[in-house]
Amino acid sequence: MIAALSIMIFDENRIRASIIEEGLREAGHNKVVLLHEINGLARQIEIIGPDVIVIDIETPNRDMLEHLFQLTRSVRKPIAMFVDRSDSSSIEAAVEAGVSAYVVDGLKKERVKPILDMAVSRFKAFSRLQQELAEAKGALEERKIIDRAKGILMKSRSMSEDEAYSLLRQTAMNEKRKIADIAQSVVTAAALLGS
Amino acid sequence: MSFIPTGIDEGGLAVPAVIANKGSRLVRAGFIPLVDAAILIAAAEFGFAAREGIQLSLIRDVSWANIRDRLAFRQFDIAHMLAPMPVAASLGLGSNPSPVVTPFVLGRGGNAITLSLGLFRRMQAMADLSGKPNALANAQALKRVIKARIEEGLGPITLGITYPFSSHNYELRYWLAAGGIDPDLEVKLVVVPPPMTSDALSAGAIDGFCVGAPWNMVAVSRGVGCIVAVKEDIWPSSPEKVIGMRPDWLEQNTETASRLIVALDRAALWCDQADNRRELALALSAPNYLDVPFEILHRVLLGQFTIDPDGAERTVPDYFNFHRDAANFPWISQAQWIYSQMVRWGQIEYCSSLAEQAGAAFRPDLYRNAIGKRVDIPTNDTRVEGRDDGDAFLDGAIFDPANIPGYLNSVGASAFEK
Repeated sequence: MIAALSIMIFDENRIRASIIEEGLREAGHNKVVLLHEINGLARQIEIIGPDVIVIDIETPNRDMLEHLFQLTRSVRKPIAMFVDRSDSSSIEAAVEAGVSAYVVDGLKKERVKPILDMAVSRFKAFSRLQQELAEAKGALEERKIIDRAKGILMKSRSMSEDEAYSLLRQTAMNEKRKIADIAQSVVTAAALLGS
Repeated sequence: MSFIPTGIDEGGLAVPAVIANKGSRLVRAGFIPLVDAAILIAAAEFGFAAREGIQLSLIRDVSWANIRDRLAFRQFDIAHMLAPMPVAASLGLGSNPSPVVTPFVLGRGGNAITLSLGLFRRMQAMADLSGKPNALANAQALKRVIKARIEEGLGPITLGITYPFSSHNYELRYWLAAGGIDPDLEVKLVVVPPPMTSDALSAGAIDGFCVGAPWNMVAVSRGVGCIVAVKEDIWPSSPEKVIGMRPDWLEQNTETASRLIVALDRAALWCDQADNRRELALALSAPNYLDVPFEILHRVLLGQFTIDPDGAERTVPDYFNFHRDAANFPWISQAQWIYSQMVRWGQIEYCSSLAEQAGAAFRPDLYRNAIGKRVDIPTNDTRVEGRDDGDAFLDGAIFDPANIPGYLNSVGASAFEK
């Protein structure tokens, strides 16, 4: 029986860290620790002595980790990222997804790769979610603006809701702009004119 | 003159970039948003690379560890690096010591040491610092404050650096040691990402730091720190950042590498001219590069410092030297000086073969081959450092690369042995 690997996830984004943790636990890893703040990181690393550290590539705090590893006199020197340098496609995938990692020297590639692959796919899933959320938010904002513009037109020009919407759409087509932009102009103009 | 058709008719009308890119070689370069990336940015922005048939694509990053790894993993072809990084790599130090060499130094200068206002006020109270700014006197005053703090039962002060293998680490240690302070026992050194230094200082998380421009000036202008030493005080010709290249990339792209060195050389000359500093500051201030206000960058590039929040001024004309005095020449003796500092502070042991290995990280041969014969290029690849007029070390030491053990003795390295 091989001892379970101890994994540390350092990510200031708590939600993303939890998503990765969940994935690792589902895959049978039960020694997973989440850290969100740089304060106390050094102590935690010392206490836990993780075999693998997964870290967000966009955090400038990686350089702090490098300093810690340099100072530690421990034999278990962590090395950056991937055990197998020739595996360039997984390295590319990791960088693209925003993952970097430290792995204790000497660990077998077969044991580490699934962990990193898991982190990469969860990072990707998270950014997809974020993008969808941003798009949904944007759509909601647009709908609100259009509703307000319709209301203004209905009141000031005594139009029905359908007529107000048609006018906005026709104007947008004529001016080759988005309906939401036209609606925004209507709202701004109304505010300026105090109507 | 370039031999690859660039689409640019010398002296004629500029042609669209799409055509200019035809037949040019794409070179992907990683950089950290710092003033000393100026030569690289100028080479891309002002046509120096294009003129050599190179399409220079600059990719901004957030950490030196990322820069090192992405160069190693072939995401970058070349990179803006700390001068000690290729040396560390050649010695197998760090968590990814993949081979890197440098044929080009991105100039000198740019660093400074800033201490918190509180700490500096205490130094002023304990020592006479009223004369001209004096880096050594400041270090000695700090020593007194540290002594007093020990008697008061206070913990060691914490100082920020940027990376374990950085000029900042070695320069800060050099300054402390010159003032009689043991950097390993009497202070605590931590890594703080440069853009966070003034926040960390004002929050009291650190008591001072050594970083590159413009962050020292930013801390002073925010009223949280005082500049107590600049790089010129510690060692004027100390190399700061370099261009790192993988040996295998160099082998496969000999011609491109050579053209790139030429482009960087022209860009360096341009950056160095005082008349161009305004335009340079404007380019650097862009959101995709440094994203720092133009006024601060312009003053930094002119070496005009406000050194404390009371408005004390200091002008360091050579705070940035991008080209003069062979500032781009990768002296083997300077790589070996870096190695001597690594030995001095216990990062590695001394051995003559390691000294040779360290020296091989700097490649003056590539620089010479690319530039050709020119009067400003040194005839030797190595020299005794700190001996020439105007190039003294803060403590007056002389570094002879032929006698590193003797040098280490002279700076009292054995006194700090653990």
